[in-house]
Amino acid sequence: MTGAERRPPAVAVQIRGVNLSYGATHVLKDVSLDIRPGELFAFLGPSGCGKTTLLRLIAGFNTADTGEVLIDGRDVAPLPPWKRDVGMVFQSYALWPHLTVRRNVAFGLEERRLPRAEIDRRVAAALDLVGLGHLAERRPSQLSGGQQQRVALARTIAVEPKVLLLDEPLSNLDAKMRAEVRRELRELQQRLGITAIFVTHDQEEANTISDRIAVINDGRVLQVGTPMELYQRPSNLFVAGFLGTANILAGRLVGTGADRAFEIGPDLRFPVASDVAVTDGAKLVFRPQSAAIGEAKAGQAGLPGTILDLEFLGATIRYGIRVGGTRLVVDVPFRSGEPLFAPGNAVTVSLSPAAALWLTD
Amino acid sequence: MTVALAARSAPAATRGQLALAAGIGLFLFLFLALPTAMVVFVAFTEKGTGQFTLVNFVDFARTDLFVRSFWNSVYVSAMSVVWASALALPLAVLTTRFTFRGAVLIQTLGFVPLVMPPFVGAVAMQLLFGRNGTVNLLLDDAFGFKIPFMEGLNGVIFVQSLHYFPFILVNLSASLRNIDRAMEEAAQNLGSSGFRLIRRIVVPLAMPGFVAGASLVFVKVFDDLATPLLLNVKDMLAPQAYLRVSSIGIADPMGYVISVVLIVVSVAAMWISTLALKGKDYATIQRGGGGLGRRTLKGWENLAGHAVVIAILLLVLSPHIALFLLSIATIWSFSPLPDAYTLAHYNRVFAESSLYIKNTLVYASLAGLIDVIVGTAIAYLVLRTRLVGRQWLDWAAMAALAVPGVVLGIGYLRTFYGVTLPDGTPLAALWIVIVLALAVRRLPYALRACMAALQQISLALEEAAENLGATKARTVRRIVVPLMTGGLLAGFVTSFSTAAVELSATLMLVQSNSDAPLAYGLYVFMQSSNGRGPGAALGIIAVLLVTICTLASHYIVERRHIGAGGR
Repeated sequence: MTGAERRPPAVAVQIRGVNLSYGATHVLKDVSLDIRPGELFAFLGPSGCGKTTLLRLIAGFNTADTGEVLIDGRDVAPLPPWKRDVGMVFQSYALWPHLTVRRNVAFGLEERRLPRAEIDRRVAAALDLVGLGHLAERRPSQLSGGQQQRVALARTIAVEPKVLLLDEPLSNLDAKMRAEVRRELRELQQRLGITAIFVTHDQEEANTISDRIAVINDGRVLQVGTPMELYQRPSNLFVAGFLGTANILAGRLVGTGADRAFEIGPDLRFPVASDVAVTDGAKLVFRPQSAAIGEAKAGQAGLPGTILDLEFLGATIRYGIRVGGTRLVVDVPFRSGEPLFAPGNAVTVSLSPAAALWLTD
Repeated sequence: MTVALAARSAPAATRGQLALAAGIGLFLFLFLALPTAMVVFVAFTEKGTGQFTLVNFVDFARTDLFVRSFWNSVYVSAMSVVWASALALPLAVLTTRFTFRGAVLIQTLGFVPLVMPPFVGAVAMQLLFGRNGTVNLLLDDAFGFKIPFMEGLNGVIFVQSLHYFPFILVNLSASLRNIDRAMEEAAQNLGSSGFRLIRRIVVPLAMPGFVAGASLVFVKVFDDLATPLLLNVKDMLAPQAYLRVSSIGIADPMGYVISVVLIVVSVAAMWISTLALKGKDYATIQRGGGGLGRRTLKGWENLAGHAVVIAILLLVLSPHIALFLLSIATIWSFSPLPDAYTLAHYNRVFAESSLYIKNTLVYASLAGLIDVIVGTAIAYLVLRTRLVGRQWLDWAAMAALAVPGVVLGIGYLRTFYGVTLPDGTPLAALWIVIVLALAVRRLPYALRACMAALQQISLALEEAAENLGATKARTVRRIVVPLMTGGLLAGFVTSFSTAAVELSATLMLVQSNSDAPLAYGLYVFMQSSNGRGPGAALGIIAVLLVTICTLASHYIVERRHIGAGGR
């Protein structure tokens, strides 16, 4: 697309201290975010956490009680949705059934009163970009879900918005389409060099394509970071549990110096070095693949447990192990020929203190 | 899943299903197809010889009265659509675009046409809006001018648009409500707003609903014969058909020619509506979607909104108000309100005319019963069997929509008058013929209700019964029918309440006063000036009767739903 080179530089989106309520429900609680120019940014959280409300706030369909939204450094509060120039792709796609694909894509350009030739050129370019040039005369009802999604995308990027907003862009597609479309989305965003924000409840979706993620729960931003940062260094129990599987052990800190340890149960202690900061009420958290089954090596700690069950996941075997009163899961690489543990076997779960995280709610 | 359903090995048809289909086919043939075909046949044949000819149509086109009647009917129907739209549009917008307390009130207006036929109010409307009616007397006193609401064709347009506007309101509101909020937001997001957004997105998406409602109003007005007759407008098509047959005789071809014209216009209007709706199932509502964005009316907007609703409501209820006043008036002439009030009309009606009420109850109940039975049978055959040509039963029953009442009446007279019982009475003179005509006229509505009810029942529920050893017939009786009850009742009520006030077909078929239903009695009363008081009283009774029956059945349906625990 020739338009791609002429695009103005990508812009930043800043959200400052936003609070928003629907009646008595406090939906967004003091939300502040900095989204950098050209970034593909994800709002990740469970349903009802306020992520879509936040997206609609940027598009102008909601009004904040306090706080501000800056796009390219300008407060957009006084602008109605139709003057904001942020393109939104709706979860339902919201393709107008009475218009053909071509007319749908042309709509925003017509609203901008562009000359006919310019409109035709840009519609063709946008449809080519999503690979649907040949379906221009179809009605939305004659397209598959994936095609509809692409039309919705083409309709939005045709107007070359400053920011691209995507509300659960993959949720109406089947599992097979999803992986394909999300790669295309990423590619397109990179090619256009546009700042894009998308909402999802699926951590895999967020991990695979976004530059950075804001994890949102109950109207608050819990943590912002790259997918790897969030996975390796979650800032609290919710983030740890929401991004991937996490083992969580409750207990209390006992002893000092060389005897300092985390007491999980009677005769069940995990040594904690004196320089490790553990806040009050923190729990011991680790990923299933961070631990191993077998005698603890030097510098590792061993926790005795009993095998409860096992799941064959292909590349790994996931063992359910009871340690104290808690069920832990430990992933072990699958190598054919190696003997497996059976339910009831007494084993030791060994873990390096470096792999342990100390997190609170 | 679809493969499994398609492969469900039912033999082509059981003997019972075939017999059922044949029975329904015979019913539809005898009481719908044959009478209609007879009318068309007579219109195209030469009187006496039975030769095919177009001379009757040439006569029609050469007779000034008929040509004028045709254009009058077109004009009145079109203008009724225009005025009905003018009433419906603000109400539809108010209820769907704004959170507005008057909305509930407006929704109930949808039932107004069900409880009273337009002709009943027509005479009473003269007293409110006529040249010397209440409104014009007051206008004349205050400002020195009068508005010709009820003069000639204006009167018909006025009464009809007031009566039929809910058809447009209901359809238009439904399609406005079915537009997903995201449709509007997507347009805003791409830079559209205000009037442009309405013109480019909202209007096109709501258009199918409007066209459906408008074409229904057009056909209803075009086919109505009693309203113009009672307003003393004779140069319209449907009244002409009736007058030709009732004054010149059943052998006169012109009545049949007019009938054919009526059928053609009905079919054309429905065809246009189907074309407009084809491929345009614009119901875009998504899960969790909430229709168009709504705004709360504030301050003066709220006041203005209520003023509009109250004004329209008063207008819509004015026939009922006038009818009630007329029913308790001693003398009401050249004065804004009646001179004095009395209950004498009600006494007279109860003393002399309770027969009408009894007849109506019998006829409408029987017609409703026939409709529900036939409707269920057709629904079952179409949806649950693989009988070849079963779709035709559906189409044939729905074709009744295209046959105006007056045409069906003429067809029955022509077809069944020649058939006599052993004692010499013609078949057409029996009251059961009235019931059959009513049943055929209302079958499409009941059929749709039955279809909807059956469609909601999962096939698995029936398969479970068969799996546990129930035969097809017993499955229908023990599982299907009980689950359909709510839908069946809805179908029955629609048939019953509309049949109770139907006149266009029955006006032709009533042979003796003792067999006449309420609507006929009303019509007879309203024609003489001293019969208007009792006529109005009878009208009020009809309104109450239908309202009570409708409410009662709603109550029963609601209770059943609660009892079923919201399955």
